[in-house]
Amino acid sequence: MQGVQIDLISAERLSKMPSMEKIRLILDKVRDGTIVILESGLSPDEQSSLIEMTMQEILPDGFSGIEIETYPSKQKSGGMLSRLVRGENDFRRLTVIGPANQLRMIRRDRDFISAWISSR
Amino acid sequence: MGLSQTFSKILTNLFHKKTSRIGIYGPPNAGKTTLANRIAKEWSTGVEGTVSEIPHETRRALRAENITITGGNGRSITIDIVDTPGVTTKIDYNEFIEYGIARDEAIDRAREATEGVAEAMHWLREDIDGVIYMMDATADPFAQVNIMMVGIIESRHLPVVIAANKTDLPDASPQRIKTAFPQHPVVPISSLTGTKVEDLYEEMIRAFR
Repeated sequence: MQGVQIDLISAERLSKMPSMEKIRLILDKVRDGTIVILESGLSPDEQSSLIEMTMQEILPDGFSGIEIETYPSKQKSGGMLSRLVRGENDFRRLTVIGPANQLRMIRRDRDFISAWISSR
Repeated sequence: MGLSQTFSKILTNLFHKKTSRIGIYGPPNAGKTTLANRIAKEWSTGVEGTVSEIPHETRRALRAENITITGGNGRSITIDIVDTPGVTTKIDYNEFIEYGIARDEAIDRAREATEGVAEAMHWLREDIDGVIYMMDATADPFAQVNIMMVGIIESRHLPVVIAANKTDLPDASPQRIKTAFPQHPVVPISSLTGTKVEDLYEEMIRAFR
């Protein structure tokens, strides 16, 4: 049976992982053709590192990169104090990551994402 | 180091204003290089303003140094402008082949592009003091790369000015960009024709001083 593996990783599990371990896990899975859904997404620093590491792993006729979809961050309102109380984690949103040659965005809006996943 | 040298160094650090390094970031084909060339052409003087390729640090980022931009009210900033490769999460050499480039050359270009993007991301975390974020005003502002990059820039607490470029094209809608990123100044421009770039300079002076 042909199909696509989808791994959903909980916010709780993600919160226990160091950043590099998280990125390594994502890239290993995506390189194997798995679609990864993160309940709480990545921090901006982690996103930056993910882009950098993705670029370093692209190979001719092999891994061509990732497609990543998430919502825009919530507007940061309420001032510095409430931001400190809530923490940066409140601004991490559900994120879908997959191989660039399998995951396609159909429509994205501030509060809606529609994506197409194809098998290899 | 003697006491007088130490004192001198402290004074130098206190009063020497470092030239800010401003990165032009954005997705591929947003018009970053066109803007960088325009800024260098309009504001650089003599030897100091020449655009040069930076060896070793990054092979494709271009830097124009010591550019002084003066606004309408006489205020000015002196900055280095760094033109970075378009940020993306995927690069396939076959896309270059579609433009008629031979396979071996396409593979080389793809490899250089991946290195350039990786270096640009590294620079953003380590070596950039402010950002001009270029968006194509005819394209979807909610493109993932825009959402991620603006979030990354915000997390670094870097001052940012968004340039809504390509207003010379009929499909351009800078208002969509303003609606998508209301928390940042958005300046509609055409880096190709130069329309409204003076507004961008004023905003740069305000944001990067």
